[in-house]
Amino acid sequence: MIGTLLANVPAAPSAFDGVTEALAVLVLLVVFAMLRQDLLRAQVRMYAFQSLAVSALAGVLAANEHASDLYVLAGLSMVLKVIVVPSVVLRLLGEVQVDLAGNRRFGVATAVLAGLAVSVFGFLVIGNVHIAAAGAAGLPVPAMGAAAATVLISFVLVMFRGDVVSQAVGFFSMENGVSVASLVLAARMPLILEVGFLFDLLVAVVAFGIIMRTHHRRSSSLSTETLDQLRG
Amino acid sequence: MSFVLVAIMLVPFVAAMASWWAGPRSGAAMTVASGTVTFGLALALVPAVARSQPPGATRASGGAGELGGYAVTALGNWLRADSLSLVFLIATAFLYALTAIFAVGYVSADHDATALYRRRLFAGINLFAWAMAMAPIVDNLGLLWVAIEVTTVVSALLVTIEGTDSAVEAAWKYVLIASLGLGLSLLATAVIYRAGSVVLGNSYELFYPKLLSGAARFPAGTVRLGYLLAVLGFGTKVGLFPVHTWLPDAHSEAPTPVSAMLSGSLLATCFYAILRYYQITERSAGPTFARDVLAGFGVATLLLGALYLASQRDLKRLLAYSSVEHMGVLAIGMSFASPLAIAGVLLHVLAHAAAKGTAFFGAGSVVRKLHTKDLERVRGGIGLLPWSGPMFVAAMFGLSAMPPFGTFRSEFYIVVGGFAPGSHGAERALAAVLVVLVTLAFLGLSWHVTQMMASPGPEDGSSPAKGETSKLMVVAMSVALLALVVLGVHPPHQLDTLIHGAATELGVTR
Repeated sequence: MIGTLLANVPAAPSAFDGVTEALAVLVLLVVFAMLRQDLLRAQVRMYAFQSLAVSALAGVLAANEHASDLYVLAGLSMVLKVIVVPSVVLRLLGEVQVDLAGNRRFGVATAVLAGLAVSVFGFLVIGNVHIAAAGAAGLPVPAMGAAAATVLISFVLVMFRGDVVSQAVGFFSMENGVSVASLVLAARMPLILEVGFLFDLLVAVVAFGIIMRTHHRRSSSLSTETLDQLRG
Repeated sequence: MSFVLVAIMLVPFVAAMASWWAGPRSGAAMTVASGTVTFGLALALVPAVARSQPPGATRASGGAGELGGYAVTALGNWLRADSLSLVFLIATAFLYALTAIFAVGYVSADHDATALYRRRLFAGINLFAWAMAMAPIVDNLGLLWVAIEVTTVVSALLVTIEGTDSAVEAAWKYVLIASLGLGLSLLATAVIYRAGSVVLGNSYELFYPKLLSGAARFPAGTVRLGYLLAVLGFGTKVGLFPVHTWLPDAHSEAPTPVSAMLSGSLLATCFYAILRYYQITERSAGPTFARDVLAGFGVATLLLGALYLASQRDLKRLLAYSSVEHMGVLAIGMSFASPLAIAGVLLHVLAHAAAKGTAFFGAGSVVRKLHTKDLERVRGGIGLLPWSGPMFVAAMFGLSAMPPFGTFRSEFYIVVGGFAPGSHGAERALAAVLVVLVTLAFLGLSWHVTQMMASPGPEDGSSPAKGETSKLMVVAMSVALLALVVLGVHPPHQLDTLIHGAATELGVTR
């Protein structure tokens, strides 16, 4: 009797599982913090911190699997997402003297409630879709729930904010969620693809920056309030 | 033939760099040369790819024959053109060549265009065409995503190039919404990778022949998730409802040559990406699921396009909603089991590129002549534009799928495919809905076109003098219209073989 009961008790999570799941949850918590943060600079710094957690996840995974290409990925993601992207956006904010705080379309409470709702949805969907357990490379599958929730809350961030910086940061943070997901699902994807994806992020940041700057030059504001002329 | 693929990879890219560094005049010449050469190179691939199956060949022969057809590969299989990719490559290269010619005329008729604007425009057109040509010829699900993301970045910057407030608004919406969508499709790539690793091991390249050979043993649940994410993600760039919202803005605010490429080739290129996921899904999760998803998105998209067409007030937005409508037709066509419908979808990709090219080129002539896109103010077009006026009317009938145009033939294939013997009740109902909605779209389009073209212009003498603004614009338009008629009256035999080869690749489980 006791033997059968014990057989059904799941094994205690390993240190690797514990650390990676904690980091994945940290990524999720940071996007909640972004949701309530008004100051644009602070929001960009939070993104840098979130990227640091994602890079650390790649590093921990690299150490666990003794995979040199994952170390390269962790390093590249660190340089690009913790240093380059945030400093590009902060420089843009430095040029813009106005708009320390972003625009809100809804209150903090509404945004956080919506964030909670979509993240519950994300966890439920991932819980119900049976993700194929491959040869067990990659992060443990529970991290996938946090990744899906991060992606969905980033959508909420984009929708609930009315300024171009928060919307761009929402996109970057969504990309972080996708990065966590691909560490779960496709950790050993050939490095050339991962580098391609990161390079694309960099190019996208440049495009975002150019359009944000043009918008600011024309309207002297980072708010998207004037961007509602095209309809129908 | 490998060098042809490598040349397609190099020519537009080199032209982009060269036209940026050279002056605007030689940049224009290089763009036309690059467009023409790329189109020639794409056609040169046809004889090697579009061959009938050798007698007695079996599908499961392994290797390159795994997909059931011939393919040209290069660079150690990183580049690959099979019938499916070649259909989309030809559509892109065709429109690239004509847009280059049109753009030279379009810019020369614009006396306010600065040298910087011209350099940006020509370099941008080449780079945009390069990314769109790369998408169908890379043999890798991941690189496909990279190519499509590059199209977003380049084309969003091209949308801002006119520098107006509304252009900035359109570009911001476009880059934000499309990037979020592509984030979902990156997730789709990772999910499919995971599904594949069950069969192919933890570390493998996402080459299509490899994926498709193992796809039947991929776990169906994981593949379904990946497919849904891919349809929603790439569907954002195709313009599928409800993630189409950037499309009319970007199409109407971009410079007209860019609008033609956005509408005629970019949307189709992104649809191609969905088709690659479709191929995996029909093998793994079964064809019914893959088709039903497209049917749902297709009907909603076609309905939206058909309804919004009638209420438009802006010429280029009108054409943009017509693109939404046609993407709905493509998605519905893919949801029919009949191979004839699939052949119709592929022919429709080519016919829509020709028709939308003609229509946007015509819209460009109208805007250059009357200096307005406002449908209320465009009047007497036929009288003012002796060549492009009638051709524009013809293009609008082409977009309404009237004979003798290629769009009629392709939509006819799709509808007949929907009613084909053995099709079930839901397919027949869907085909009937398709006919009704396409007719609704025809009413909207023809109402606007008769207003614009046939009704008399203002009699107070304020209308401009009769005549075309640029011969090159007329040349580009007539070639596109001619191609549209040829596709309708008598498509070349090899093109027919190519399309049927591609339809076979898409319908292995039929």
